[in-house]
Amino acid sequence: MADYLPHTKEDVTSMLSFLGMTSLEDLFAQIPQALRLARGLDLDDGLSEPDVAALFATYTRSNTANAEVMTCFAGGGAYDHEVPAVVRALASRSEFVTAYTPYQPEVAQGVLQAVFEYQTLVSRLSGLPIPNASLYDAATALVEALNMAHGATSRQKMVISSGVHPHWRQVARTFAHGTGHEIVEVPLRDGVTDWRSVDSSGAAAIVAAYPNYLGVLEDLSVAKGNAVERDALFIVGADPVAAGVLKTAGQWGADVFVGEGQAFGTPLSFGGPYLGLFACTGAQVRRLPGRIVGETVDSGDRRAFVTTLRAREQDIRREKATSNVCTNQTLMAVTAAVQLGWLGTEGLRQVATRCAQGSHYLYDQLLAIDGVEPVSTQPFFREFAVRLPRPADEVIEVMAGHGFLAGLAAGALASGPDPSIESGINHVLLVTVTERRTKHEIDHYVAALKGALA
Amino acid sequence: MTGTPRPGGRAAAAPIMGHETEPTLFEMSVPGRSAYQLRTTGVPATPLESLVPFEHLNPDAVPIAEVSERDLVAHFTRLSHRQFSVDLGMYPLGSCTMKYNPKFCDAIASDPGLAAVHPGAPAALSQGWLEIMVTLEEKLCAITGMSGATLQPAAGAAGELTGLLLMRAYHRANGEARRRVLIPDSAHGTNPASVTLGGYEVTTVASNARGLVDLDALKAALDGDVAGIMLTNPNTLGLFEEEIAEIAAAVHDAGGLLYYDGANLNAILGAVRPGDMGFDIVHMNLHKTFATPHGGGGPGAGPVAVAEHMVTFLPGPRAARVEDGHFDWVTPPRSIGRVHGWQGNALVLARALAYIDVHGGDGLTRVAQHAVLNANWLRWRLREILPAAHDRLCMHECVLTATPLKTKYGVRALDVAKALLEEGFHAPTVYFPLIVDEALMFEPTETESVQTLEALASALERIDQRAATDPDSLHRAPQSTPVSRVDEARAARHLIATADAER
Repeated sequence: MADYLPHTKEDVTSMLSFLGMTSLEDLFAQIPQALRLARGLDLDDGLSEPDVAALFATYTRSNTANAEVMTCFAGGGAYDHEVPAVVRALASRSEFVTAYTPYQPEVAQGVLQAVFEYQTLVSRLSGLPIPNASLYDAATALVEALNMAHGATSRQKMVISSGVHPHWRQVARTFAHGTGHEIVEVPLRDGVTDWRSVDSSGAAAIVAAYPNYLGVLEDLSVAKGNAVERDALFIVGADPVAAGVLKTAGQWGADVFVGEGQAFGTPLSFGGPYLGLFACTGAQVRRLPGRIVGETVDSGDRRAFVTTLRAREQDIRREKATSNVCTNQTLMAVTAAVQLGWLGTEGLRQVATRCAQGSHYLYDQLLAIDGVEPVSTQPFFREFAVRLPRPADEVIEVMAGHGFLAGLAAGALASGPDPSIESGINHVLLVTVTERRTKHEIDHYVAALKGALA
Repeated sequence: MTGTPRPGGRAAAAPIMGHETEPTLFEMSVPGRSAYQLRTTGVPATPLESLVPFEHLNPDAVPIAEVSERDLVAHFTRLSHRQFSVDLGMYPLGSCTMKYNPKFCDAIASDPGLAAVHPGAPAALSQGWLEIMVTLEEKLCAITGMSGATLQPAAGAAGELTGLLLMRAYHRANGEARRRVLIPDSAHGTNPASVTLGGYEVTTVASNARGLVDLDALKAALDGDVAGIMLTNPNTLGLFEEEIAEIAAAVHDAGGLLYYDGANLNAILGAVRPGDMGFDIVHMNLHKTFATPHGGGGPGAGPVAVAEHMVTFLPGPRAARVEDGHFDWVTPPRSIGRVHGWQGNALVLARALAYIDVHGGDGLTRVAQHAVLNANWLRWRLREILPAAHDRLCMHECVLTATPLKTKYGVRALDVAKALLEEGFHAPTVYFPLIVDEALMFEPTETESVQTLEALASALERIDQRAATDPDSLHRAPQSTPVSRVDEARAARHLIATADAER
């Protein structure tokens, strides 16, 4: 009998009598008797909070990959970054956590201004002027970008580098069943997109990743040239942490930027809720998916914020809307603004730099191990791929016994052969090092991996 | 008992603080200030220029903001004081189900045993997460009367689109290329938008005088080209579609499928199940029905459950029980594919499971009963000033109309909504559903006490009196809030989406 309902028995009786009723059952008279669930729900009765907590403790105990216990070298779009106490405290304020979509701006200036600040940061990190107020995650943000490209060109062909994360490409393929988009995946050679190996004519979008999912930094001017030649939109999926030191998507000439914002204050969370980052050029503003916050004034001429360009959205435009997105990831967007505020200009540069330093330090040592080979000879940033003499999933299992989540098996991410890796994908391990990893942890990791491969 | 003063009384929170304009983070920035602290790692500090070719490096630092930790805390705390929330007061926003979110569920989700697990960890190292997902899926199926579910969709609209892709896969597997999906004119806007993205055309079905799907109009629209119908039941008028069995039979006879929009599932928990009504596909808004916090607009979670004949098409991978009490990822044989970058909004899923476990079957049934009780009490309590659009028993929400106020005093639904903000309540949903003139849609939810409902009714009575004596004051409302009415037209005319935009 545990619940959060305020009514006493007497309340219920008097409220029913106000309605001329005697039983709660009377309230459901509209539902045809034949359909009613006579025996009640086939669920156990309610438990008290401490009893449920005990149940959940059995779940958490069998999650051995808890990064607080097992040192995390896995990335692939989900990174173990520092989230300080101050960010947790601010982002968990109940005014942010328990509000709804800011439909009444007069009492929602807190969320609206925080999202405006988030949008400003996304714009700066992407180098593009028009951000939105967030999407579900990077993979679904890519789908929205493809839909935007279709809207801009009326064409259906989407040419996507296989350096784009395999899950993002899988999601793009799923939604193409509905939109009818033709998804063309471009193979990598030595970790770099071989744009000339596919026919890009008639493309609505050219999609590149920066760095790509193998960690490689590709020269995006090739992809940009391809897009310009086809009059297609150039979509760049970029790592927003790397954007602290690398050229922005906008500097590479992107029309649309998408990215995964989990790195900004959101824990690993087993994959969600995460944060889909999105920004585009001014030319595409009327095709923007989801919500956008704009600055204006109130009736007393004071600065105020409000969701704007609403005529694009599903609740007004219905079947002609630019997207069906309604609920987004506002709390993660607010969290990202807080985390970036905490990092500041120099902090973000430091995090990006330390990720690159740690990854290169580890890479050099791994390549010194017998049988470990590079997947690409090209420059990388904060993540890299190595080919092991044993299947990567076996190595991950052995390394877990030594207290390390060793990385991600490329074969598992791609669910089989993939145009990103020419052969032997099951032996490829993706490894990342964040600013949280110490030299001590990295050195132990190397020693353990030597043992695992011996 | 109308108007009787009661102990415990006014639960409203007015005015909220924060009347002064807050500078932006960027306006507060002072070069050289900082808040960040990073771990001492001992990793060699090789210059970036020797790790990354120069053509990739940005010659300029991307400016973020430079503030102290103290300023950061003050800034976001002050912003939070300019924000209404469920924890602060009643939020009767119809269709959005802004009930109280138990703190316990947040605590569950913040345990590092859940929150610090990498989504790409192998199944053997994340058995607890897989067990949570399997258990939640089973319970959601028990609640909806379905056979299997995907937990991947990140929100209701994502669930809708997933459901439509499942509908498409089903028909294609049967060698059929149906092109149209039926939607009642009372539907949420996400329904038609999702239909378009699902590759279908929308055919709108009119409601009858009772606010329900017109069965004759529906039958006239049905043919071999109809892939299915999307229905919200109870519908957005807060009314139960009483002829649902006849609707289901007609749609199924024409070879179509029934899609249940679970936005209003909270009204029928333990009373009736979508599966028993004949639905083939159901999405649930876990953030509404199972009380996970809405986060100012998200995150949500929109699992989709399906009947037996459609399980084979569900997105994958899905967590599943395998031998020896273990769990593994399994992709259904004819899966439509992945619809989320990882496994869905996992921490929202965990909160929902904790909520379901605390309530149990008995508690969830009471949740629906009390939600319906509160909506009907409010509808009846307000009948003199804001009559119901359809004057009879409603479910978890009631759609009232401000037409009498407009006719008598020139006061519109929007004015009533804004005046309520001054009274310390969040406004109801206004001008939806589109088929009701001057609609005010109230969803009190089951977690508000009768004292709070009475306080809301009293506030609306005061607004009604002001409408008669000083209607202009309502056109100017709200005044006691952090900002007064905002100039939405100006925002749209000249977009300023960032602090860097030209002004």
